[in-house]
Amino acid sequence: MSGVVFFLVAILAVASALGLVLRRNPIHGALFLVVNLGCVAVMYLLLGAEFLALAQVIIYAGAIMVLFVFAIMVLIPGKEETGPDPLRLQRLLALPLGALLLVEIALILQSSVFTAAPHPGVQPGYAAGAGGIQSVGRLLLRDYLLPFEVTSVLLLAALVGVLALAKRKAG
Amino acid sequence: MVPESYYTALSAILFTIGVVGVLVRRNPLVIFMSIELMLNAANLALVAFGHRAGAADAQVLVFFIMTVAAAEVAVGLAIIVTIFRLQRRLSVDELSIMRW
Amino acid sequence: MSAALVPLAPLLLVAATAGLLIVLDLLPPREGKGHLGVVALAGVVAALAGALTLWGREGRAFGGMLLLDNFAVFLDVVICYAAALVLLLSMDYLRRNGMESGEYYILVLLATLGMMLMAQAADLIVIFLALELMSLSLYVLAGLFRGRLTSAESSMKYFLLGAFATGFFVYGIALIYGATGTTALDRIAAASGGLQRDPLLLIGFGLLLVGFGFKISSVPFHMWVPDVYEGAPTSVTALIATGSKAAGFAALLRVLFSTFKVAQPDWALLLWVVAVLTMTLGNVIAIAQSNLKRMLAYSSIAHVGYMLVGVVAGGALGAGGVLFYLLMYTFTTVGAFGAILLLERGRQEAVELDDYAGLAARHPLLALTLALFLLSLVGMPPTAGFAGKFYVFGAAIRSGYIWLAVIAVLNSAVAAYYYLRVVVYMYMREAEGVPTRPAPSFAGRLALGVALWGVFQLGLMPAPVLDLAQAAVAPLLR
Repeated sequence: MSGVVFFLVAILAVASALGLVLRRNPIHGALFLVVNLGCVAVMYLLLGAEFLALAQVIIYAGAIMVLFVFAIMVLIPGKEETGPDPLRLQRLLALPLGALLLVEIALILQSSVFTAAPHPGVQPGYAAGAGGIQSVGRLLLRDYLLPFEVTSVLLLAALVGVLALAKRKAG
Repeated sequence: MVPESYYTALSAILFTIGVVGVLVRRNPLVIFMSIELMLNAANLALVAFGHRAGAADAQVLVFFIMTVAAAEVAVGLAIIVTIFRLQRRLSVDELSIMRW
Repeated sequence: MSAALVPLAPLLLVAATAGLLIVLDLLPPREGKGHLGVVALAGVVAALAGALTLWGREGRAFGGMLLLDNFAVFLDVVICYAAALVLLLSMDYLRRNGMESGEYYILVLLATLGMMLMAQAADLIVIFLALELMSLSLYVLAGLFRGRLTSAESSMKYFLLGAFATGFFVYGIALIYGATGTTALDRIAAASGGLQRDPLLLIGFGLLLVGFGFKISSVPFHMWVPDVYEGAPTSVTALIATGSKAAGFAALLRVLFSTFKVAQPDWALLLWVVAVLTMTLGNVIAIAQSNLKRMLAYSSIAHVGYMLVGVVAGGALGAGGVLFYLLMYTFTTVGAFGAILLLERGRQEAVELDDYAGLAARHPLLALTLALFLLSLVGMPPTAGFAGKFYVFGAAIRSGYIWLAVIAVLNSAVAAYYYLRVVVYMYMREAEGVPTRPAPSFAGRLALGVALWGVFQLGLMPAPVLDLAQAAVAPLLR
């Protein structure tokens, strides 16, 4: 059952990612990205990470994408990329690069992490409740306290930065 | 149960699409969204690996990356809006000419 | 102060000063934020002094995610010097250009905090967050030139390419986590011994290097440098050129030498190629530049190439040489950008080569100062630049990389042309049109004085500092 869900959602995820990259209209792109983020949230659920699935929907699809859509609406009402492309050659380079990255996938899948049996005693998947909010919260505020604190400073920097940019405009 | 390697493969495909998107698109907002796609792919890979190892650490890492992404979006969109207020053109190529 | 907080002392000082500035910014006077610059400077100098007193101590905090060793202390000192000099240069410069604001100083401090955190981090996720803290602050700072399109453009270019690099960095972390099950540097090192050829680990490591390559601006990830250096306010350019580069090298050296020691032959080969490309490309394109900020941007790319020569050479000589080079490069580059920032022609910054014609006749002292910084960038004895190049190239020869050293020396010879061209303009050309004049700024002159002191201190008596630099890399190499 979960196999069927996985493949359906995976196809949807890849299709929406391609939609973002290939569609000319940025607002369509943003909607494709929302679909993609939703698909990844489903993947999190399949992997037993309920907390992240929720966070994904709330932070990404909720907050981040609303900002994007807002910015697109304000900035470029219907403007599309037209006209000759001055960096055409550079863009052609993207294709071999993309192919190269795809080769890496094949390599990654041959890693001993996947081919070898898991460590003795380690069962793939989480023990009861290990993927839930409790264990994540405990790790966040105990083992990962320093990164947590740095994150708060990071958000402060973002806040001050946005303020500085907004002020600059008014001046 | 679908093996974790499938999730990793999916994440690698999404990452590649994101990279190609950054390289071929001209609209900074679309480029930025492609970057979000890359970060998202990394998150998916982390969760898959964490699931494989049975450790919740990966989820904490993903949480940090999400926070960074949010901060980046706030700053990035502010920068893009600022430049657009100064000049009503929005394509990375039309910005300063890529001269030697 | 409790013992557990000792490794944090320099970081806490900078963070506390940033917090203090946020409060002070709200208090009157509403106009004129020069006093905030003084407070920020005091905080950075205190952190510098605090870091110096920690030399020789070792410690860990937060479950080993943050560490204090001589390596971290040395780089904290380099970063604090860069930040302090930039703050000195900023004070009058901001007022002259109408962009004085409390936020500027707060962001400089937060960027500095991120840089120092990178030097002290012992976990990939902390390195990542510190990198982002630094980068986000710098993205905004680059765009603060009021009403200038080039500044806003440089900010956006810096942001988009920086965020792109972040994507690679994060994916690298994910793959490394997948291969080793951890993000702690020492545990990755322990786990990677067993899976040296594991594709997951290798690709993850490669992606991590891409992310670092962007931050230290090595070829082929250098394309943001010229536009950002040219468009950003010159004081911010100086910070990006010195502090963020030092922080990038700090984390890179720690990851290369202590975490991926097993793969040293592989990455040394890779970096050999990158070093040659970086210095050659930087120097060749710098020749064609007539804008001094742009020229220094390409020159800074070339200098990254020289530093990578030291990384390739490895060992105490090579890695220690890189640290010495970073310190000397900080003094020299802040000095050169500082001299440019003090000069104006009409109401504009003097950034074109023509603006410097005949400068020596009218302002001999400032012309001499700029000339000395440029000679240090060339690598002329007895300036610090000579000692830096001597150690780094010497280490390459000692490790058997003769060809690399030869290419580096040839590059330095090419580079002499475009640096000396500026000197020729200052001393041998006649000035035309509106005269270029230095802006009155005591703080700016003080910064140039300190930088000049550094250039000669390191140039005339390099041995003690080199010993310190080699002691600093010892924890990485054991």
